[in-house]
Amino acid sequence: MSSILELKNLSFVYGQGTPFEKTAVDNLSATIEKGEFIGIIGHTGSGKSTLVQMLNGLMRPTGGQVLLDGKDIWSEPKKIREIRFRVGMVFQYPEYQLFEDTVYKDIAFGAKNKGLTGDELDKAVRKAAEFTGLKGELLEKSPFDLSGGEKRRAAIAGVMAMEPEVLILDEPTAGLDPMGREILLSQIVNYHKERGITVLLVSHSMEDIARVAGRIMVMNHGALHDFDKTKSVFAKGGELRKIGLKVPQVTRIMQTLRERGVDVPDGILTVDEALEVLSSLLKKEGKIW
Amino acid sequence: MVRDVAFGQYFPGKSLMHRLDPRAKLVCFVAFVVLIFFTFNYAALGLIAAFTVFMIAVSGVSPKFYFKSLKVILFVVLFTSVLNLFYGSGEAIWQWWILRLTWNGIHRAAFVTVRIICLILASSCLTFTTSPTELTDAMERLMKPLAVIHFPVHEIAMMMSLALRFVPTLLEETDKIMQAQKARGADLESGGFLKRVKALIPILIPLFVSAFRRAYDIATAMECRCYRGGSGRTRMKILHMSARDIMSMITTAALIGGVIVCNIFMTSVI
Repeated sequence: MSSILELKNLSFVYGQGTPFEKTAVDNLSATIEKGEFIGIIGHTGSGKSTLVQMLNGLMRPTGGQVLLDGKDIWSEPKKIREIRFRVGMVFQYPEYQLFEDTVYKDIAFGAKNKGLTGDELDKAVRKAAEFTGLKGELLEKSPFDLSGGEKRRAAIAGVMAMEPEVLILDEPTAGLDPMGREILLSQIVNYHKERGITVLLVSHSMEDIARVAGRIMVMNHGALHDFDKTKSVFAKGGELRKIGLKVPQVTRIMQTLRERGVDVPDGILTVDEALEVLSSLLKKEGKIW
Repeated sequence: MVRDVAFGQYFPGKSLMHRLDPRAKLVCFVAFVVLIFFTFNYAALGLIAAFTVFMIAVSGVSPKFYFKSLKVILFVVLFTSVLNLFYGSGEAIWQWWILRLTWNGIHRAAFVTVRIICLILASSCLTFTTSPTELTDAMERLMKPLAVIHFPVHEIAMMMSLALRFVPTLLEETDKIMQAQKARGADLESGGFLKRVKALIPILIPLFVSAFRRAYDIATAMECRCYRGGSGRTRMKILHMSARDIMSMITTAALIGGVIVCNIFMTSVI
């Protein structure tokens, strides 16, 4: 594997030189490999949003570098737009960016800006709509006539249609109902699998992160607190609690069981895993057949 | 970023200027602004400028922010003063093509520059030290006599405070939408005039949509709290005039007197 994103001593200070000066990201270094699914967690105001906005050149770091495929994205400031097509960014509540008169046109906006035309554009738009589960007949509707969940999908499809190499999603499931969250999340996982691209997911839901992420970046007060495999990060539950975060509920239950002497493995992340472990354990003890 | 503009911002504090009753402040401010345009010689202008400096000094807000608010209108100041420079009447002291430089023009340029700067500094001083709520409150109280002729004083004041309250919210929203559209490759920085205007569409439409949504939300929220207009409403903060407010008005009156005396006893230069 080769690295796609390399962050070198990245810093961002808001309002530099004013009394309101505030360091949002502090001297952060990390390497992200091609095709990884990274989860980013941290309490509110820990610098997650600032960090991801620097990755596609929406914010210029006040210190350090972002290397995309080994090249500093700010080496040619005039070409920063091209970076934004390669590193797609879905903001929080992205449905507020919809503006075209049909959903189709809105999804096509980014891809068109990238320079796609004709069949290529049409294919990219329909493919993106399919990934997010938007039905064909919705494409000709006005985006303002869609339901909240559909709007969200349309907005995410608008970024997917640019066919980025890295996709960053900032809280894509916030405000959706449990079913909607579940579906959207699996669509993102499918997208990641099928396209083989790198995905960065910012979320407050530890359950979501545990389900999808291969590695997790833990942010705390603008610094990278931890960057490790999902299992290893959640194995340090006490440490996470200290910085205002939690581990998934089921992980905590299993950890408690372990502490009380039940023979279950460490780092159980999903309910399905737990079910499997517990039922085989009970079978062994002859409690169920 | 749009948020960097200092003009019109409020800086909470406890200075003399902050503690003045907003009504007294507003009355003095209006008198001062009118007075700025009744200066016809350098002595009067000097008085006005000195008073502006005095106001800044007692406002407790760092001069840096005053400079920042001036930066915004730097172009306007330059433009009008250069225009005035060549607009004077009288004997030309230098001439090239249609440009005639006269002593009268130089005086005019100096006056217009100082006047605009004082105007901006004074209004900055007012908004820096008075919160929008205080300001609209004061306006409502001062306009109250107009209710006799069925002028909707309370409604106007409510509209103003709502509008002011949404300025920062909408600025923030604009910022967010701009970032989101830039992330989709919207090009806001290059191209000709028409292209740039067209590039604003993806920003303005979502902005309008969200402004309307917020307006409906706040209307519903107000109705849920049984808001039904101004009549019979009591206030949480009742304004009190104190000795320092009277003093501020006496000082302003003295300034008016001073400027009038200057105007009477000295020849006007413009």
